[in-house]
Amino acid sequence: MDNSESDSSALQAVAGNGLLHRRIFLTRGAALLGATGLGLLTPKLATAQTLPELSNVPGAALSEYGTRSVFEDSVKRNNILSYPGTTGSGGSWTPLESLEGIITPSALHFERHHSGIPAINPDTHQLLIHGLVKRPLLFSMDALCRYPMVSRIQFIECSGNSRVGWAPEPVQKSSGGLHGLLSCSEWTGVPLSILLDEAGVDPKANWILAEGADSAAMTRSVPLAKAMDDTLIAVYQNGEKLRPSNGYPIRLFLPGYEGNASVKWLRRIKVTAGPTMTRDETAEYTDTRPDGSSLMFTFPMEVKSIITAPSLGRPMQGAGLYEISGLAWSGAGKIARVDVSVDGGRTWGQAALSEPVLDKAFTRFRAAWRWNGGPAIIMSRAIDESGAVQPSREQFIASKGLKRDYHYNAIQNWKVAPNGKVSNVYA
Amino acid sequence: MLKYLILFGMFGLALLLLPVTQADEGPDLGPNLGKEATPEQIATWDISIAPDGEGLPNGSGTAIEGKVVYAISCLSCHGREGSGSLNNRLVGGHGSMSGSTPIKTVGSYWPYATTVFDYIRRAMPYNLSGTLTNEETYAVTAYLLFLNGIIDEDEIMDAQTLPQVQMPNRGNFVLAYPDNPDP
Ligand code: HEC
Repeated sequence: MDNSESDSSALQAVAGNGLLHRRIFLTRGAALLGATGLGLLTPKLATAQTLPELSNVPGAALSEYGTRSVFEDSVKRNNILSYPGTTGSGGSWTPLESLEGIITPSALHFERHHSGIPAINPDTHQLLIHGLVKRPLLFSMDALCRYPMVSRIQFIECSGNSRVGWAPEPVQKSSGGLHGLLSCSEWTGVPLSILLDEAGVDPKANWILAEGADSAAMTRSVPLAKAMDDTLIAVYQNGEKLRPSNGYPIRLFLPGYEGNASVKWLRRIKVTAGPTMTRDETAEYTDTRPDGSSLMFTFPMEVKSIITAPSLGRPMQGAGLYEISGLAWSGAGKIARVDVSVDGGRTWGQAALSEPVLDKAFTRFRAAWRWNGGPAIIMSRAIDESGAVQPSREQFIASKGLKRDYHYNAIQNWKVAPNGKVSNVYA
Repeated sequence: MLKYLILFGMFGLALLLLPVTQADEGPDLGPNLGKEATPEQIATWDISIAPDGEGLPNGSGTAIEGKVVYAISCLSCHGREGSGSLNNRLVGGHGSMSGSTPIKTVGSYWPYATTVFDYIRRAMPYNLSGTLTNEETYAVTAYLLFLNGIIDEDEIMDAQTLPQVQMPNRGNFVLAYPDNPDP
């Protein structure tokens, strides 16, 4: 350390109960963090005096398709819940509390299916585009793959994500258990606008209907404006072809929209004048207001953030300097700012946003906290580039009521007990 | 493209028309690899039904016939008279939307009768979707509407009558696209 004065200013408190200035991440980065002993929940390195064993014998063989370390086997999708009497219809949650950065490994991407995962052979699968078009067209998967593609890192969130926030008492689950119907991947595919242009969209058209090839033939109406804007026919996820559970061989991908509308196993797009009013945009995925009326087609996912560490299942290990790490995202665009409080929302400090900060993608944020070992309530609040601010649970319920099932985006609080245990609390 | 036009322009108008006609059939952005789908192909693929009834097939059915279909294909999962058992309750809950615990069923919540036909035909019975005939689908749709007190037991449901059915909760839906009134 060459300048002890700037070190101490980097460790300056910005809010109550030991929240430090985000400068700690901006000025000196990892070096300073190392020097100040910051490093949340990383088990202390064993102070072994001898070299580890096994280093003098050759390791495992090369392999065609990699697997993770056996020591990571406990990192799994959780909450797996299928409708009564079924095995493939329901959801599995991404273990957000065990992941870092902004990319969700494909094998841990959340699942939400309505009639299981179909096994589709790409050699026989086709995409039909018809309806209000000049030329109805059928595309083989080989043909589709010859189209120009784009790649984007973007999140997808089920609109029912975090709905346990409406429960009268806080549900005690991990970050992923509460909010894990949420993942972020690099999606590569063909812009739908290119295919629609080739088919020649009729001026009377305002919507499209997208239909999947699963046994529920999942169907959603999507505004034509969105279809012509940034919608992809996604073929690749994180560099390899889509997983079957993510729509192999092709899925619709609607950046920022509620996940259900990004129809998987896509087989048909019908260009229409109005919405088709399918079951999953009328009976489901509609938002009931306090007066009993219901909103339909509430597509964009609202600005939101969660703290993934510390969190339930990732306890504190004694007083000291810690990194708070979390995720922020918004269907309206980029994350502009994330504030963190470690004193129950009385005072707030700005978190550092880790690059890259992308449109409609996860943004990883970090804050430094000198925990004095006392009880604390920690929380994060995201603000997106449209100026939308993530509400508190109190504000959210006051404006949206208790009858909704979808689009819950309120702030979630973790309570840290003096023994380091973390629990979910409302106040 | 511009170069192309100028080059051909030297040879006169007739040649100039060539690229313009091509552009009319499909723009240059994509490689134009879609195969034109025939009306027969489209007819077998297109199973969706619009709220105005567009797409409804020939055939008809009543609740009396639908009761039999329901007993064979639906009862095991949805219970007696749609009361719900292993899976969703399909009947009742009328007027519960404005109360503190809405009970959402085909009768109390769904805004369009056409959606009932469309959904049953595409997704039910859950373990063998797409196996009911159009007659059976009209009949079991009629049965669910009858159990919910929306139509009479002997009322014939077909491509003309089904879109006319007034669902009780229809007036309580508000479009949130393009503008969400409740952001
Ligand atoms: C093997 C069990 C099973 C059978 C048999 C079955 N269903 Fe279903 N049904 C389900 C499941 C599971 C769902 C929920 C699917 C979902 O939410 O995606 C469902 C949902 C429904 C819904 C939507 C309910 C709502 O409020 O959203 C309707 C309507 C329906 N079924 C009608 C029928 C009819 C009519 C039959 C007989 C032709 C039938 N079902 C047979 C399991 C079954």
